[in-house]
Amino acid sequence: MSILLVLIILGVLATLILESMPSIKALGIGFLWGKIWDPVQNIYGAYPFLVGTLLTSFIALIISIPFSYAIAIYLGEYNPKGWLSDLLKNTIELIAAVPSIIYGFWGLFVLVPIIRTFEMKIGVAPYGIGVFTSSLILAVMIIPYAASLGITLIRMVPSPLKEGAYALGATRYEVIKSVIMPYTRSGLFAGVLLSLGRALGETMAVTMLIGNTSAVADSLNNAIFGPGNTMASVIANEFTEADHTEYLSALIELGLVLFFVTVVINLIGKRIITKFTNN
Amino acid sequence: MKVIKSLKLAVVALAASCLTLAASAQDNTLLGAGSTFAYPLFSKMFSQYTASKVNYQSIGSGGGILQLTNKTVDFGDSDAPLNADQTAKMSAPVLHIPMTSGAVVVTYNVPGVAGGLNLSGKDLADIYLGKITNWNSPEIKDANKGVNIPSMPIVVIHRSDGSGTSFIFTDYLTKVNPDWASKVGKASAVNWPAGLGGKGSEGVAGLVKNTPGAIGYVELAYAKQNNMPFANIQNKSGKYITPTLEATTLASNVAIPSDTKVSITNTDNPKGYPIASFTWALIYKEQNYSSRSKERATALLKLLWWNIHQGQADCAALNYAPLSKAAVKAAEAVLKSATYDGKAIL
Repeated sequence: MSILLVLIILGVLATLILESMPSIKALGIGFLWGKIWDPVQNIYGAYPFLVGTLLTSFIALIISIPFSYAIAIYLGEYNPKGWLSDLLKNTIELIAAVPSIIYGFWGLFVLVPIIRTFEMKIGVAPYGIGVFTSSLILAVMIIPYAASLGITLIRMVPSPLKEGAYALGATRYEVIKSVIMPYTRSGLFAGVLLSLGRALGETMAVTMLIGNTSAVADSLNNAIFGPGNTMASVIANEFTEADHTEYLSALIELGLVLFFVTVVINLIGKRIITKFTNN
Repeated sequence: MKVIKSLKLAVVALAASCLTLAASAQDNTLLGAGSTFAYPLFSKMFSQYTASKVNYQSIGSGGGILQLTNKTVDFGDSDAPLNADQTAKMSAPVLHIPMTSGAVVVTYNVPGVAGGLNLSGKDLADIYLGKITNWNSPEIKDANKGVNIPSMPIVVIHRSDGSGTSFIFTDYLTKVNPDWASKVGKASAVNWPAGLGGKGSEGVAGLVKNTPGAIGYVELAYAKQNNMPFANIQNKSGKYITPTLEATTLASNVAIPSDTKVSITNTDNPKGYPIASFTWALIYKEQNYSSRSKERATALLKLLWWNIHQGQADCAALNYAPLSKAAVKAAEAVLKSATYDGKAIL
């Protein structure tokens, strides 16, 4: 079974490379930092989408981590049993089960007007949709991944360890800080990695909220609050009507780049986890 | 055990029914695929057509063309004629038969301004180029004497997904504004110089409704069904034309070349609405390929013949513009040129 999975991944990689050959030949490595995406003149550059993907994913991660850690600690340590705990845990897991198009529509009709008001107050261009809005929605969508893994891990911390710390006169905060967190650190980080993977590939909700413009932002404000685009949403948007070979091939190469970005981020994450565990 | 047995039975039954379905599709059901724009009209037409069954899948114009290239369908349907690359991939000559025409309307959200704002094509392109950035600019004011337009930044909304609607719209802008032609051009997806992208008609409509100062474009049928305000567009003769089915039909009532591969945007007809286009059914000129029977080829041709005549009666109720007389005549000639073993079918 596991060999089958390896074969599938290798097959996906081989197909991506094979199908993107025309574009790799025509554009070379410059594809990665080309800033123009113009299907009419056959100029393709992945840079704006690469930036968009990384930006939305990491902003979403930064927003989501405090929430998912807080949820994990509360439901893992403070309130592990009882109806309230069950209700909260099930609700959080339900968040992961909601289809992403629902988040997209909710974002478009509810969140966007709120963000627009907020943007007018802080004095940036009030588009409403854009990188920040997509990151917010992404943050909500990825919280359950890190949180539910965290809950399970924190509940699995052996009682003798905790009891020992309590016996030494530690407060609950101190137990969490010096026993539970070190014990579960690598697992919690793995949860974060899982949610990052989800954020990198999320397509539908982001497509509906990011504004889908391939122009590179000219200022930091515009990069965060202005419209952007991600690799996954470009592929989703343009694949069905890509009407010439180079165009189709450039879109597939975009998929290849996304594949490598995911692999690289996963490898870095693995390194960090091993380092933590060794310590 | 019992459960497993009944499950097995169910699977076998399902597989068998799929097989029979596939077999019957092989027998007499005509297969089509392509444009999502034409889908509502086609499903109505095909439900009324009794001579043969038709299975049409709305997978998008590009997908329909690909399916025809792979010879897995009897006909494709596209909102844009085949380009050079697509023609080269086809193994044999392909015929274009206009099925209906549709209009793309410009919708907007300007507080205090109802529908019926006048816009010229050049100004529209300048708005989409990001050159005209305020509703209160002199170009828009001059075209709308007596309308109180507030000073408000224009938020440009375009389709983010590749679509026939974008093709028709950019095709028009390319014809009326040289700057647009050199900087952007026409395609189902272009490098938009300004604005935000919404996915699908509903995405564009949602953004326009939600954003004060927004301008966007959707199909006429979509705008009508959702009660969206739309602008009158200035045509080649200088008249501001309200997009209606009649004005769209009139746009195609011009001299049409024999292969019907013609763009009817910016029409010469003084009463025609300028942002209009055909959607074309695509079939191979020589119908004897992949061991198809002559009956099947004849059934296909008869279906398309019915579509451009009796079938046109279904158009208006669904907000499609019926083909003009000139277009029907050209389509008839194209259908008559289809052959089986080199002999005409109709």
